[in-house]
Amino acid sequence: MRLVDVAQFASGSLRGSRSRTLLMILAMSIGVASVVVLTALGEGARRYVVNQFSSLGTNLVIVFPGRTETAGIGPGMLLGQIPRELTLDDAAALLKNPAIKRIAPLTIGTSQISKDALNREVIVLGSTADLLPVRHMTLGQGQFLSAGDMHSSESVCVLGAKIRRELFGNDSGIGAWVRLGDRRFRVIGVMAAQGESMGFNTDEIVIVPVASAHILFNTTGLFRVLVEAKSRDAIEPAKRAAEQILTERHNGERDVTVVTQDAVLATFDRILRALTLAIGGIAAISLAVAGVLIMNVMLIAVSQRVKEIGLLKALGAPAAQIRNLFFAEAVLLSGIGSVAGLMLGELGVLAIGKIYPSLPVVAPWWAVLAAIGTSLATGILFSVWPARRAARLDPVTALAGR
Amino acid sequence: MIEFSGISRSFQVGDQQVTALRDINLSIAAGDYVSIMGPSGSGKSTLLNLIGLLDRPSSGTYKLDGGDVTALDDEQQAKVRSEKIGFVFQSFHLVPRLTAAMNVELPLILAGITPAERKTRVAQLLENYGLTDRADHRPDQLSGGQRQRVAIARATSMHPAVLLADEPTGNLDQTTGREVINLLETLVEQKVTLIVVTHDPVIGGRAKRQLHMVDGRIVSETGRET
Repeated sequence: MRLVDVAQFASGSLRGSRSRTLLMILAMSIGVASVVVLTALGEGARRYVVNQFSSLGTNLVIVFPGRTETAGIGPGMLLGQIPRELTLDDAAALLKNPAIKRIAPLTIGTSQISKDALNREVIVLGSTADLLPVRHMTLGQGQFLSAGDMHSSESVCVLGAKIRRELFGNDSGIGAWVRLGDRRFRVIGVMAAQGESMGFNTDEIVIVPVASAHILFNTTGLFRVLVEAKSRDAIEPAKRAAEQILTERHNGERDVTVVTQDAVLATFDRILRALTLAIGGIAAISLAVAGVLIMNVMLIAVSQRVKEIGLLKALGAPAAQIRNLFFAEAVLLSGIGSVAGLMLGELGVLAIGKIYPSLPVVAPWWAVLAAIGTSLATGILFSVWPARRAARLDPVTALAGR
Repeated sequence: MIEFSGISRSFQVGDQQVTALRDINLSIAAGDYVSIMGPSGSGKSTLLNLIGLLDRPSSGTYKLDGGDVTALDDEQQAKVRSEKIGFVFQSFHLVPRLTAAMNVELPLILAGITPAERKTRVAQLLENYGLTDRADHRPDQLSGGQRQRVAIARATSMHPAVLLADEPTGNLDQTTGREVINLLETLVEQKVTLIVVTHDPVIGGRAKRQLHMVDGRIVSETGRET
């Protein structure tokens, strides 16, 4: 018997009992749709968290002075020592390593900003031109710090969006002079409003060249060095290189701590992926239930069609062929069911996306494959018994309808 | 063509052994027209089922076209049924959801014949049995006589050597019954071996060889020389 004919015969007998077929497809599609929607929700949550993290910068390695001991206070602290400072030259030395793409040294402090009679307390960030790409920040107007010698202490500053609004109102403020502490700075740019990300509001800061910040705060040390690795694979080499270079520069003493943003992210990623798998698994149970339903209905179909099976045998259909016909019905049922379920699921995902636009809900490809796979597998698995039962019928009694 | 030697068939009913056929020796030549008559329970249908390979004997050997078919497994027997044997039943056994044409096509589909070939064969068969204008009707839209004609067309679609008819007129009135028998008899002229089970002596009497069965045995054979 030709495969096309098997499919045609099976679909004919499915059409022959319309309501039964529709109910089966409904059960199957609800199962598939719930897998798709629930995993899409889980995946959406995961992506949301990952996005939040990567808005801080990608392939980021963070260097800060001092060595964090596993517990309590380090020995140096007891002796009244402060860790050796991380200097601008230290930061510049990192750039020589091939695994490292960009660095942005960071000095942080608070200062008074004033323009005419207006003044307020602000967080001042001393950094270089590369802060913008490393930290994934966007400039609103004007220009950012100029690239070049990081030791030059130009008196220019870039304002956070909220600071600009408070000081200049509707005026862009670019080209104006403001006073930070006891120095005057010319405003060259304004950051785009970004709001809060990971507890740090970039709208309420002022960015100045790192050397200017050192003068302003009368220090030479850095608060952090943000290091961007060349690629995801280069993160570990970059981390090791940073540790090694700084240890060498600090006379063999490992007095800096290097962490990767990836390590933190990976943990979240793992937890949320596990969660997605778990809810996907729970949804898959409904597919198994649909499978049992298919089995039940197929068994009824076999007993309803005993005469037809007897006839097929009399006409020369071997047992294997009859089994295949019932198999084909189950495959068609679960196949149509999964396609309908996929469409239903995608509709659901679309609806959730409309209701919660900030949640990036997308059904992961593996969940879609798993849903179709499970539905086909349960459909076939649960039709083995009915199909075998049909194939084993004795033709004489089957023809008599007993 | 059909050689039965020492064929017996017994069933287990509850804890009783019921013997339907006892030591049947029978030989039917190709192109024979045979009727099997006898009261109900005499084993006529069991004999027909054994000839048609729908059932297996408890003992004895059955040779079809010189080959022992009792030794074949189910799949091989199915192949023999498909290629050599056609069935006509008392209750027609048409598939209710399929049209007349599709019912006729069914054995061809099962045998894996190409759609193009199937189409011409089905069209020819429908024409032969005067069913062309009924091709797209479902069984419940056909009269009893038409249904049995569809069933005969189906039974002959694979050009079987043997046609087995179990009470082919049992569900039909006298006139249509006679028409159906006439149809079957034209097949004998085309060298088909026809075996008809009936308890109607008028219909059974038309066969060349008439076997009379009582209690699982062939008790007598009468012939009609023409």
